[in-house]
Order: sequence, then C-alpha cells, then structure tokens
Amino acid sequence: MGGWLRLVAARVGFSAFVALAAAFFALPMLWLVFAPFDPTPTLAARPAGPTLANFRDVFQNPLVLTSLRNSVLLALYAMVLVVAAATLAAYALSRVHLPGRDLLLYVLLLFSSVVSGTAAMVPLFLLVFELGLINTYLGVTLVLTGGLLPAAIFILKDFTDTTPTSYEESARVFGASPFQILRDIVVPLVRPGMAVIAVWSIVNVWGNFLIPFILLRDPDLAPASVVTYSFYTEGGQADLRLLSAFSLLYSVPVVVMYLFVQRRYGFRFYGGIKR
Amino acid sequence: MTLKLQANAVKGGKNATEASWLQDWVIPNFQKLMADQGKQVTVQYAGTGADDEDVKTQLALDLRTGGGPDVFTPDGPWVGEFAQAGFLKPLDEVVGSEVNDWDGWSQIPRPVTGIVEFEGKRYGIPVGTDGRVLFFNKQLFARAGLPTNWQPKSWDEVLQAGRQLKARLPDVTPIQINAGTAMGEATTAQGFIPLLYGTGKNLIDGGKWLGDTPETQAVLGFYQQLYGQDLGDARLQLRADGRDRSFAQFADDKIAVLLEGDYFWRSVINPDGGLAPMKDRDQAVGWALIPARQPGGGLNGQDFVSLSGGAGRVINPNTKAPKEAWELLKFLNSKEALTNWVQREPRITSRTDVNQANLKDPLLSFISRRVLPITATRPGSAVYPQVSLAIQTATENVAAGRSDAREAAGRLGAAIAKAVGADNVTGAS
Amino acid sequence: MPTTSPAPAEAPGGDAQPPRGEPGAAAVLGRPAAGAFVAPALLLIAAFLVFPALWTLYLGLTDYRLTGAAAVNPSFVGLDNYTQALSDPQFRNSLVVTALFVFGSAVIGQTFLGFALAWTMRDWRSPLRSVVEVLVIVAWILPGSVVAFLWIAFLDGQSGTLNALLGGVDTEWLLETPLLAVIVFNTWRGTAFSMLLYGAALSAVPPSHLETARLAGASAFQQLRDVVLPTIRGHILTSLLLISLWTFNDFTPYLLTRGGPNFRTDVLPVFIFRNAISSGQLGYGAAISTVVLGVNLVIALFYLRLLRERT
Repeated sequence: MGGWLRLVAARVGFSAFVALAAAFFALPMLWLVFAPFDPTPTLAARPAGPTLANFRDVFQNPLVLTSLRNSVLLALYAMVLVVAAATLAAYALSRVHLPGRDLLLYVLLLFSSVVSGTAAMVPLFLLVFELGLINTYLGVTLVLTGGLLPAAIFILKDFTDTTPTSYEESARVFGASPFQILRDIVVPLVRPGMAVIAVWSIVNVWGNFLIPFILLRDPDLAPASVVTYSFYTEGGQADLRLLSAFSLLYSVPVVVMYLFVQRRYGFRFYGGIKR
Repeated sequence: MTLKLQANAVKGGKNATEASWLQDWVIPNFQKLMADQGKQVTVQYAGTGADDEDVKTQLALDLRTGGGPDVFTPDGPWVGEFAQAGFLKPLDEVVGSEVNDWDGWSQIPRPVTGIVEFEGKRYGIPVGTDGRVLFFNKQLFARAGLPTNWQPKSWDEVLQAGRQLKARLPDVTPIQINAGTAMGEATTAQGFIPLLYGTGKNLIDGGKWLGDTPETQAVLGFYQQLYGQDLGDARLQLRADGRDRSFAQFADDKIAVLLEGDYFWRSVINPDGGLAPMKDRDQAVGWALIPARQPGGGLNGQDFVSLSGGAGRVINPNTKAPKEAWELLKFLNSKEALTNWVQREPRITSRTDVNQANLKDPLLSFISRRVLPITATRPGSAVYPQVSLAIQTATENVAAGRSDAREAAGRLGAAIAKAVGADNVTGAS
Repeated sequence: MPTTSPAPAEAPGGDAQPPRGEPGAAAVLGRPAAGAFVAPALLLIAAFLVFPALWTLYLGLTDYRLTGAAAVNPSFVGLDNYTQALSDPQFRNSLVVTALFVFGSAVIGQTFLGFALAWTMRDWRSPLRSVVEVLVIVAWILPGSVVAFLWIAFLDGQSGTLNALLGGVDTEWLLETPLLAVIVFNTWRGTAFSMLLYGAALSAVPPSHLETARLAGASAFQQLRDVVLPTIRGHILTSLLLISLWTFNDFTPYLLTRGGPNFRTDVLPVFIFRNAISSGQLGYGAAISTVVLGVNLVIALFYLRLLRERT
C-alpha cells in the first residue's frame, strides 16, 4: 500500500515539475503571442486589438517572404552538408585510430569559436572573395558548414563510439563495402545523433546574422536574420509593430522544420538491435 | 552601363520613404533623363536594411577589395575614416574638376557641406541633415509656472527650470539629457558634444583632441549637477532600452525637457505613425535652442549651439563609370528630386531653396532657419568611435554617481590619450 | 541519407576479429576508406575554419583596423595587444563575469534542467510531452533579437509578466540583479540542447541493464545513479564541454543589457564587440579572441581529463 502511494506521489511530483517547467518556458513567449496582433504594441505582454494591421504593414516590404524562403534554403543546404560530412567523418574517426585525432578534434572545436566571433570577419570575407564566392549561397554554406562541423563531428562521434561493431564485422565478411556498411547498418543506429546535429545546424544557420550579412550583397538573397534589422528606424529604435509581426513569421518555419525532422527521423530508438 | 546605388533604406522597413523615393521616382526619371541624352544607363538599387555599424562594415569590406556600389550613402562621420584608408577619394579626383561647377553647391550651407568633407576636400554631396534642440512639454511648463515660449540663455537657466519643475511637479522627471554607454552614440551626439560646443570648443581644437580640460570638466560638471540634484533619471540611462523608454516617457508627459534632434519630432512623437505618438504634439510640444554655458560662450562666440549629423552620397573610386555616377549624384540632389522627397515626407534637405519652398512643418523650418547656421559636425576620424565610447563611459560614471566630474574628466583624458596617442591630446592627464 | 560520398576503397584483406567497440583495429574500416570518409569534412574545416582562424590569430599581433590608415597599412605590434588586454581591469572583470555566466547557466542551469526533463519524460508518450518539448525547443530556436525582446518585456519592472505574477513587486530585475537575470535567461534559452542530447542518450541505454537492476530491487533513483549515469557519462561530458564553450562565446546577453549596468554583465563576446567593432580595432579584437581561445583551451583540457578517467 505504501509503495503504491509512493508511486502516485512520485507521479504527481514529476507532473508538477514538468508543468512548472512548461510554464517557465511558455510565459516569456506570451509577448510573441500578443504583440503582433496589438495595434500599438509595447514591451508589455498584454492582449489588445486584435488586429492584422501589423502583418499587412510588414508585407509592404517586398523582401519579407523572399527572406524567409532564403533562410529555409540556407538552413537546409548547410544541414545536409553538415550531416553528410559529419556522419562520414565521425564514423571513420570512431573505427580507425588516426594518431592525434582526439587532440585534433578538440583544437578544431576551439577554433570554431574564433571563427564564429566578430574578429574573424575580415579573413573570412577576403577568403571567400578570393574564391569568387561573394554573393553566392555556396560561399555562405561552405563557411557556415566549416564552422559547424567540429562540434557536429564531436557530438556524433560519441554515438558512433558506442555502437557495437559486431554487425559491421559480419557485413565485412560478407563483402559489403564500407560505404554500404555505413549506410545500412550504422546510420540507422546513430539516427538520434544525426537528428540532433541536423536540428542544431538548422537552428544555428537560421539565427546567424554575421556570415550572410558580410558575404551576400543582393537584397533578394538576404535571409530573414538579416532582414529583421531593417525594421528598426533610422535612429536605431525598434518599430515594434513591424518587428513583432515579423518575429512571429520568422519563428514559424523553423519550428515547422524541427517538427518535420523530429517526426521523420525521431530521437527515439525504435526497435534496433536486440541484445 | 549599369550603376549600382546603395542606401540604407528598404521599402516597408528602415527609411521606407527614402527607398520608395529612390526606387519609384529617382531611378526611373534618371534613366529617362539619360535616355533622352542618348545614353543607355540602368540603375540597380541595392538597399541595405541594417544597423549603421553593420552597413559600414559591409561597405568597408567591399571597398577594400575593389568592389562596392558605384554610388553609396555613408554616414557623415565615416567619410573621414574611409578617406584615411584610401577607400574614398575626393570628388574632383574621381570625376574631374567639373564637379566644382555644379550650381547646387551654392544652395548648401557651409556647415552642412562639412558633413562630406575631410581635411578640406569634398567627397560627395550631403543627403540631408538634422539639428538638435531642447524639446519641452508646454503643458507641464504651464503647470509649473514656467513660460511656454521658454528659451534658456545659459546652463544655469536650464537647471533652474529643472529645479522649478521638480518642486512643482514631483512625479515628472524634469530633464533628460542622454548619458551612459547603453545609449551609445546618442549620448555623445545628443548629450556631451552639444554641451561641449556650449563651452566654446569643439572635440578637436587646435589640431588636438580635448582630453582633461576645463571645458570637458565643465560639461561633466553639468552632468553632475543634473543627475546629482535628481533633475534627471539616472537609472534610465543604464537600461539597454533607456533611450526608447525616455521617448515613451516624454510622450506620456512624464519627462518635461528632452535634448534631441528633429528625428524625435518626425519619427517618434509624430501623431501620424510615430513610434511613441503624441496626439497633441503640435500644441503641447515646444522647442528651444540649446544655450551656450553663458551668452557668447559657445563655439565661434555664439549664444546658442547645435550639432548636426547626416549622411552623404559619394562616388566609389573603383567605379567604372565616374561621369555617369556624377550625373546620378547631381540628379539625386537636384531641386526637383529633393522636392519630390520632401513632398513624400517632410525632412530637412541639404538645399536651402528646397527647404524654404517646402518645409511647412514649424519645427523643421525652425531648424532650417535658426539651427543650421549655428550648427557644427563631429570629426570624421577613424578613432572617433573610441573617443565617443570614452565620452559615454565618463558620462555614465558621473550620472550613476560613481565619480565626480574632475575624476571622470581625468579618466576621459587618459582614455582618449590611449586611443589617439598622448601627443594628440590636450590634457592627457 | 548522406548525399555526398567518395568512392569507398576496399580495405586490405585478412581482417582479425577486434574486440567489440574497440576502435584500435582497422578491421571494419580500412585506413584508405577511413581517409576517404574523413576527407570531405577535413577539407571544409581546413579551408573555412582553420585557415581563417589562423589568419585571425595572426591579426592579433598587428594594429589592423577596419577603416582608417591602419586598414591598408597595418603594422606588426607583437604582443602589445596582449599586454594591453591583460592589464585592462575591464578585461579581467569581463573574464570573471563570463566565468560566472557559464557556470551558472550552462554547467548548473541547462544541464540540470535539461537532464531532469529528459529523464522525467523519457517514457512518456502523451501529447503533453510533445508540447513541453516544443516549448523548450522554441525557446532555443527563436532568434536572439526576438528572445531579447521577450525577456526585456518579461522582466520589466512596471509592466513585466514576471512581476505581475509575483503580485505587486516592481523590481527592475535587469538593473538590480542583472547577472542573475541573464543567467536565468540563458538557462531558458539553451536547455533544449541538453534535453535533446540527454533524451537521445537515454534512449540508447540498453533496456536490459535497467531491467536487470530493477529486478535486483534497485529503486528508480538507484537505477539512475548506478546504471544510467555511468552509461551516459561520456554524453554528459560531451554536452557539458560543448555548452560551456558555446556559452562562453555567446553574444546574446548584449541584446538584453548591453553589458551593463556598470559592466556587471559584460561577458567576453560583448567586450570583444565593443573594443573590436564599435571602435574598429580589429587587431585588438583578434588578440582578445586569442586569449579567449586560450581560456577555452583550459576548459577543454579540464573536461578532457575527466573524460580520460572513464576508460
């Protein structure tokens, strides 16, 4: 009887914790729910209006929809490249002991923080300029991918390290090529990890302002992270009517993309190898 | 022949009206004008919609690699640092001596041309300008027993009005003069420098930057009195959104006096689409010239002072079509073009003839008539941002009560000396 | 799923049977194939990460600027930038603030909250779980400028949601307790990554081990401590290292407090930004970035030491 009660109490406790956490995360977002529909939004999150005038005004900017599409494209390009390159690399680094690989990985990880900072701006620009890739998505994708790869490999290697090699060994004996082994045996096992770095790449690219800003010039190539700054006035103040509406538009696609990756590839380990 | 034109203006976003003007009127009409002269010129509009500092970065990167738009719109202070880096060359070098024959020059007041000048050479044509004044709330003044046609003649008179406001209207913050690093350049441009002009000196005086001198001590002393006597809201200066808030508070009749530029009138408290609209702006808000410390004590012996900023349109020295670019530049600043812009939104253009004919708005014509002749501009040096930061820090320390004026001026001198080299500072302390 | 792949080479024959999971032997994947697999990533990293990073480190030894005379004629100043930085009390303050920020929000905040959520909901299949996960992740996904508005509004003294909930309090959190506010903010912001990683890691814990422990009479807490944590220890350390490094280099606090009031939230990325970009001194900024790199190295070595202890 006592055990059952303890179980219920634990259940209730956990549920309460989760509910509190949910509230903690949801409450600050109220502003984004109310302000876009408020005819005179302020920093207070209060229901007012509701009106669609802010959205109508935001669409006066002909670049709004284009920028959202651009953000989606850049996020997808980078995600695909990162996941592909990182999976190949993490698998190889897990299975073969290349000398100094751990140290190398850590050093690369540290370098990626230098490159994502503002101080690396000029070297990156000059490099991409010399390659003739200024104002191209290729240039932006390559630079973003380079910055994201060390961490992606780092994360994924953790997964490939802990997957058993017995099935791979059997497959080798049966003549499967390394690539086939990777594709058919390893990838399904490390899918949760791949999903994590996929989402992480998308999120990073979605919010990245500096790289697209310094490497792109055509206004209709600009992603939403850049366009969002055009909703400030010449005096540098935020025009909350336009910004709140745009912020909402800016948030929706990335949430949808996350849900898609989640639904399709999941973070759960369904079935898999029986021990 | 294609020309690329850049401005920090985007339809439906930043400087939306300028973008519409450029894309819907200027470009088609210019292309037609060229066609009528038998020249095939297309103009591409590259509107950047970003923070000024970011646009500057983008332009600097492009110019450094020999690229960049043919005609672009740098902020006035950048002209100097771009010129120092070789990114910009004087107009007559890029185009030829015919630039001096343009009839528009006579319509632009001397201080305004200063916006696009560096070391005596002209680099472009100023886009427009602005002026800073003391805005005040006439209704609050009436309730406090102060004149609604207030025009202080000295710093003391300003502080006195503040004290009277405080005594009669305890719920109202009497005076808002920007201080602190959170407000960034707004502190230097709408706070420190106009006050400094009031002591008779500019930031660069006799070839050297002003460090710890009697004038800077006086300015910081004013800050000390203002915030020390609780005539201003010191905490507001520390907030990341302090400036936005100060505007909202003025609009709510919670601040009585605010030192700002016409941007405030046009885009913030404008009842028609402003960020913090005041329905009764035209009746309730008055303006006064910024007084010197005492009459005759201001820059050039003036009784009143102001500061003007603005952007300029310049020609890229890397351009492949300098003559056509000059045609575009002239067209952008022609009487008809600027008139069309002013009709879309009232603003102070660089040309007196356009201003006189079109400015109906009382504040804007006041600025054009009374402020522009007495105004001055900031130095366009590459190290200016560091100097500005040192100034912001000094005002913050005084406003927050962490140091007194003398101490803060001492540190200011040291910081500026570090930035520009001790030999270039008066009062390096 | 991978869309690019080089033609894999065949491994040399005669593969021995390696111990399970032991990466030492080249049995499953021969060296040539491994090399080919690593090549794409390595090329990208070499070109777009290492090269610009080294260049930036070099810039730290010059007085390079974005504009002005030193933009086209920079001079080599050796270690001047470094001595300037290390003798600057504001830099030391920034270092301390950043350390507190990382410890409070990443090491403590995000880790505990992320793990707690992942653990609590690990077996849930209800729609509530999806709702909570989406909320946590949206907090992470929203761009920095948007999130800054949300939190400035949330923490506002007069009309903020937090004070409304606490009933009648009017504290200006961002002015009175700025570092704490920023730490809580960053916990909110970044918990998603830890939650995702731990969620994925927990799902890879063999159910049989847990089953064995449960049958042996272990309580849920004991299962957690004795089975789960040791199994995912590597993942915990991975996560901690990454979020520590990321938080160390996170610029977002600037959008909330601009580093103030009085530099109480002046984390290193803000310090770099102010000195490098606002003042245009790229050489100095690069030097500070190098110092930050050094500090990150120390952090990484610390975690590396802990990681080694597991084998």
